[in-house]
Amino acid sequence: MNQPATQAAQSDLVELRIPCRPEWVALARLAVAAVSNRLRLSIEEIEDIKLAVTEACTAVIQHDNHGEFIEIACEIDSGSLRLRVHDAGRHVHGAPKNASIDFDEARVAGLGVFLIRTLMDEVTYEVHPDTGTDLHMVKRLPVRSV
Amino acid sequence: MDIKVHVREAPGERYVVELTGEIDVYTSPKVKDAVSDLIDRGIYHLVINLENVRYIDSTGLGVLIGGLKRVREHGGTVNLVCSNPQIRKIFDITGLVKIFGIFDNEDAALKALV
Repeated sequence: MNQPATQAAQSDLVELRIPCRPEWVALARLAVAAVSNRLRLSIEEIEDIKLAVTEACTAVIQHDNHGEFIEIACEIDSGSLRLRVHDAGRHVHGAPKNASIDFDEARVAGLGVFLIRTLMDEVTYEVHPDTGTDLHMVKRLPVRSV
Repeated sequence: MDIKVHVREAPGERYVVELTGEIDVYTSPKVKDAVSDLIDRGIYHLVINLENVRYIDSTGLGVLIGGLKRVREHGGTVNLVCSNPQIRKIFDITGLVKIFGIFDNEDAALKALV
């Protein structure tokens, strides 16, 4: 590796494909933690990213899906970490537009998506009829003085 | 990644569920089984100690919420022990701080059960 990610003039891409099963979700968050760790993010920011990716993978596993794998792509450019979680299903994980959850009824539906939307700077879904669903998440990289 | 679950009795027919590890979609069923087992035995006043939990996601929160809902049906409660700021943050942003008693140490959580 000739150039640290933190100084990348062009985007770097790291991709991971895991089986669509619960026991592999921990690997996904460890991988994104390792990528995030190269970006001089704070522990809190890294934990946010780990949780968002975990929730994205969990949503795929818990919802009806039509694929054996979940693909996680981490793209790093000078100002952001862009994450894409792809699966072969054609659903939007019940994504609520707002963050209203009725805890009096102890309902937890949508809690994962709520966390994703709260912890990441940008969140969008794309449903492709032929290939499945992409969840795009962006974490903007803070400008830190050296 | 795994979760270790240790259940022990505290004075006054109260129980502590001590968790060590990470709680996610893979490990949360083990936590759910432990909590459900206590409730099925008629134990409705619980402390769940998260001091050694390094990570929790929505499935873990779901288990805690489900347990709380069940014990409340019997007049019980679930108090949590959690001083890890990363874990506390998740309870803060989800609003769960409003429905759980969350304490910095186990003694305080047990005292608050009475």
